[in-house]
Amino acid sequence: MLRFVVRRLLQLVPTLLGLSVLLFLWVHALPGGPEYSLLGEDATTEQREQLRQSLGLNDPIWIQYGRFMGKLLQLDFGTSLATGQPVMTEFLNRFPATAELAVTAMLIATVVGIPLGYFAARYRGRLIDTSAVAGSLIGICIPVFFLGFIFKVVFAQHLGILPSAFRQTAGLDATHPTGFFVLDGLLTGEFDAAWDAFLHLVLPGLTLASIPLAIITRMTRASVLEVLGEDYVRTAESKGLQQRVVRGRHILRNAMLPVVTAMGLLTGSLFAGAVLTESVFAFQGMGSFVYQATQTRDYPVLMGFIMLIAVIYVLVNLLVDISYSLFDPRVRVR
Amino acid sequence: MPLLKVDDLSVTFTQRGKADVRAVDGVSFSVSEGEVVGLVGESGCGKSVTSLALMGLLADRGVKVGGSVNFDGIELLNLHKNAMRDMRGQELAMIFQDPLSSLNPVVPIGVQVTEILQRHRKMRGEAARKEAADLLDRVGIPDPTRRLKEYPHQLSGGMRQRALIAMAVACAPRLLIADEPTTALDVTIQAQILELLKELVDTQGTALLMITHDLGVVAGLCDEINVLYGGRVVESAARRNLFAAPTHPYSVGLLGSIPRLDAPRGEPLKPVRGSVNDNIAWSDGCAFAPRCDYYTMECLQGPPELVESYTGHKYRCVNPITEHTAPAVIDTEAS
Amino acid sequence: MSTKTDKIDRLAELTAKRGGRDGHGASLWREAFGRLRRSPMAMAGTVIVGAFVIIAIIGPWIAPYDPTAQAWGNEVFPNRNMFVGPRGENWFGLDHLGRDQFSRMVIGARQSLLVGVVATLLGFAAGAILGGIAGAAAGLGKSWGRRIDTILMRFTDMMLAIPALLLAVSVAALMGQSLATVMIAVGVAQVPIFARLLRGSMLAQAHSDYVLAAKATGIKRKRIVLAHILPNSVGPVLVQATLTLATAIIEAAALSYLGLGSPDQSIPEWGTMLADAQRFLSGAPQLAIYPAIAIIITALGFTLLGEAMRESLDPKLRK
Repeated sequence: MLRFVVRRLLQLVPTLLGLSVLLFLWVHALPGGPEYSLLGEDATTEQREQLRQSLGLNDPIWIQYGRFMGKLLQLDFGTSLATGQPVMTEFLNRFPATAELAVTAMLIATVVGIPLGYFAARYRGRLIDTSAVAGSLIGICIPVFFLGFIFKVVFAQHLGILPSAFRQTAGLDATHPTGFFVLDGLLTGEFDAAWDAFLHLVLPGLTLASIPLAIITRMTRASVLEVLGEDYVRTAESKGLQQRVVRGRHILRNAMLPVVTAMGLLTGSLFAGAVLTESVFAFQGMGSFVYQATQTRDYPVLMGFIMLIAVIYVLVNLLVDISYSLFDPRVRVR
Repeated sequence: MPLLKVDDLSVTFTQRGKADVRAVDGVSFSVSEGEVVGLVGESGCGKSVTSLALMGLLADRGVKVGGSVNFDGIELLNLHKNAMRDMRGQELAMIFQDPLSSLNPVVPIGVQVTEILQRHRKMRGEAARKEAADLLDRVGIPDPTRRLKEYPHQLSGGMRQRALIAMAVACAPRLLIADEPTTALDVTIQAQILELLKELVDTQGTALLMITHDLGVVAGLCDEINVLYGGRVVESAARRNLFAAPTHPYSVGLLGSIPRLDAPRGEPLKPVRGSVNDNIAWSDGCAFAPRCDYYTMECLQGPPELVESYTGHKYRCVNPITEHTAPAVIDTEAS
Repeated sequence: MSTKTDKIDRLAELTAKRGGRDGHGASLWREAFGRLRRSPMAMAGTVIVGAFVIIAIIGPWIAPYDPTAQAWGNEVFPNRNMFVGPRGENWFGLDHLGRDQFSRMVIGARQSLLVGVVATLLGFAAGAILGGIAGAAAGLGKSWGRRIDTILMRFTDMMLAIPALLLAVSVAALMGQSLATVMIAVGVAQVPIFARLLRGSMLAQAHSDYVLAAKATGIKRKRIVLAHILPNSVGPVLVQATLTLATAIIEAAALSYLGLGSPDQSIPEWGTMLADAQRFLSGAPQLAIYPAIAIIITALGFTLLGEAMRESLDPKLRK
């Protein structure tokens, strides 16, 4: 097992390496050159030349790449043009917010999506099936930022039942030891702060959940449909086992395998969605920070974000692969 | 009094936009305790559908089941779904064709056995595991305790089928239905599995309904044989009578198509020509007529009735091969 | 003699009555097309896509006014908070700069179609070449073939690790703001999907029994690839192309929202219109609704069509 994990980790290296090369080339290909990305649009020619010298940008390209890699390995993604802070620091500050949002979204997507997909498959052709399929098709066709916008207008502005922006109501004096606002409220006993933070998560969470929900519903439905046609389900039924045993041990345990894989693949799009969602709701996480970076051409931030997502994506999928071998004995490495 | 009495069973599959398909069209037979009855026919004749109908395993939607299935006085087709679920595994059980796909790949064999013990015999924990190991042992699986933790893909084909049989007999059902249990296995394993089934029947007095397309299987095992064609029983006889005096041209064709080691070298095989796609509708005449070498005009006037000779040998043919058969005396289906 | 011919005639009559239940000889494509025609999803999708394409093509002739002209500017500018809704002159009302919404929507269809088609073609072409080479190289079996395949697939993996939107953003950053940027950026994001798909399809075919049979009868490898493997791999790619068109329209809208679309805001494009409406007018959502609904319905149309095609080509999904 350990050997399997190590082997897979080693396979990651060329992918991440290749990615770093691509990013490096990208930064150099940007209009204005890398010194522009570091100094911004307003730098003068002398400043640029100075920077070129100091950064050794006149050195051969592979030396520059070496330096770049060295920085990357130390998790130094450079400095944000907008805030002047190291990109990594900015990310770390904002990470809990986005993590809370992402977890909320995935929770909604799985808690609603999996049962919905299951029942859609079980009662194929009936109302719940057609509505689940229709809903999931529509769900992937609605631009996320538009959905957030609609939610904001309907629930926050017109109905006024949910907050329209930010993570916490301004003026609510709450302490945040961990940065995960809901958790913080619970930990410090400030339950009104926890509730407030929770309310602020609802609309953005639903918005971000729309695409994962649609995908998980469809994948679960397709997977359950396939499993329902399998002989071993018929065997389980022929044994006269109770419905819940057939459903849990025989149907779901087999049907969930591809769904879990799909969830792993969703990680990347979850981050992309977060950029759009957080911008609509002014939710102070990594997403809105990256959104601002696209507006201000803050390239170090963009580059850092891309690298970060790629690493997370690759690690998450490795985890999914490993867990697959735990759940499916046929795949297990001796 | 037979344990299972199937009377005029019919199964119709309906699909929106397409014509109804009558997979089983008025099938009647019975199985007594300790008796082995065979249901023989080629693919598409309705034998598997019949077995699923008996077990109540057909889908709810798009399927219409008619007739009567009487199991020890209980009309199975009228039973509520939950009541039928209670009976399955306990009173009647089934063994399926492909042992690998019939087993849940992600659950250990032991659990797949203990779950049925848990369900019907309320056994739990160590007691259940011990009983499971016993069952595996009884069906001839070596080192059963270790096997409990293994997964289906780790067992050989023969062992998987034995495991399935163990699951089927775990609660000592009174009726066992075996749907082509040996088709997916090697010939040598085939013999072992059939031996096992025979032994179970002899020792437990279980009634066994054997479904197969293989006459060799039937010859060694069954007391009584029903030949199905086009969803209807076309011949029904005790084993000796069927093999000594096959009457319906289809049965004759089936027996004649079996390659023989003692046939003269170079003699061509004699298959039954055509396929089930060539069938005509029973309402128009004998469905087998297009493939029959002996059909007459009478065969194409309407459905032939099932007639019975005084030896109990039944056949559905107006132009049967009667060299060795006793003459027809009773018209079984006179309306 | 006559009884024999009689019975033969009668048998022929009954057999004919049974009907043309042939089933043999119907090719995969014909069967799939038949299923497609009967599927309500396919019908709905085709209607939507058809309407979209027609509007896009005849747009300039049915748009009542010039979409870039701020003809009613004087009505709008003085009072920024009052928005002109649908009325006789302007069926969809006016936008924030006094332009006729209906005309903008109709011309916008053409732009969106353009973006969708070009992006998809790009993604498909590049992806197909990539995937095709990888698949062919791997299928040929030699060690250098496998190495090429591995390298190309690693490259695809890298691209897949980055979400499409960010990939598009990075391409857009390189190219500056323009409609072409959006097309290329979205197209690039689709490349790894097509590459993976075609390669996977080819490999699956290469290992299938019929290919083995073809090899056994001595058919040359090149012919096997061209005449057998490729045609059978085309199905899933077609499905993906349709679905990609839907995605392209949505991604283009997202890019416009991020401000990376064409800077010339007078040329109507649904994504830009949506982004503008949201940015300027969170107090008056109506202006965002038109382009949003158009985007959603069009994307839905392509998605329905693509899903229907996938179902009709996949024997397992048949009822």
